[in-house]
Amino acid sequence: MSDHTAYIAAAYGLTVIVVLGMIAAIVIDRRRIERALARFPSRGSETDQRS
Amino acid sequence: MLWFANPANFLWLANRLIPWLAGLSAAVLAVGLYLAFFVAPADYQQGETVRIMFIHVPAAWLSMFCYGLMAVAALGTLVWRHPLADAAQQAAAPIGAAFTFICLVTGSLWGKPMWGTWWVWDARLTSVLVLFIIYLGLIALWRTIEEPALAGRAAAILTLVGCVNLPIIKFSVDWWNTLHQPASVFRLGGPTIYSSMLWPLLTMALGATLLFLTLHLMATRNEILRRRLRRLSILAVQDGRAVPGAEGARP
Repeated sequence: MSDHTAYIAAAYGLTVIVVLGMIAAIVIDRRRIERALARFPSRGSETDQRS
Repeated sequence: MLWFANPANFLWLANRLIPWLAGLSAAVLAVGLYLAFFVAPADYQQGETVRIMFIHVPAAWLSMFCYGLMAVAALGTLVWRHPLADAAQQAAAPIGAAFTFICLVTGSLWGKPMWGTWWVWDARLTSVLVLFIIYLGLIALWRTIEEPALAGRAAAILTLVGCVNLPIIKFSVDWWNTLHQPASVFRLGGPTIYSSMLWPLLTMALGATLLFLTLHLMATRNEILRRRLRRLSILAVQDGRAVPGAEGARP
């Protein structure tokens, strides 16, 4: 492409890593909380309940 | 709107919206990347390096949009003491920090070949760095204060104080003589970018905004569930029962 391909690749590569990291952190956090909530059998699984 | 502000209703709506928003943001980003790499021409001065702008500008826009959203949520926390407002604000901070980080690093990666330096202490760059530090300070504040309601109020006040930085970021290139170029998209006289580059940029900005909204909905849902877990853990302690799954109950 150009003399600056490394800069372009680094910019896009870093963005992909940060975005995927964010998605992974949020999904892992959700699973951890859901697991902990599931240990409260009476009220813990009401994650989709409307009032 | 009030119906949506109920945490249980929010969870119901979020669970249905998130898959659609995630799919839409992936599709728009895919189109945006295609336009950015295969349709937009190389710049006559910057050459291929201009392609960094297609992620730098959306990240810069989101760093400020996220803070603006947090400021609105901060008002909700302080004025109406609404628990969803605090959860939304707390969920937004790490995402805003991540987009600000992307903005700073991609700007630096563009600056080295174009300006000949990774960093200059000019008003635009410095004010965005201050925004990043404010995000980190807010995250630290929530983690430091154990009582969630107190942490929420303190963070809301700091968020509103930090709002003064938003116009400084936006108008820094007009108020001071900076190395950073002036606004070329969001300006009174209309965009100065040629349409072959403007549309890929706007498509990427739309895709990144949809991605932000998806991540924010997911993170806010986590915060609501975390608070529910905390409440259940406290009730279990009050009842003299063992606390199952207490490791997820971060304050």
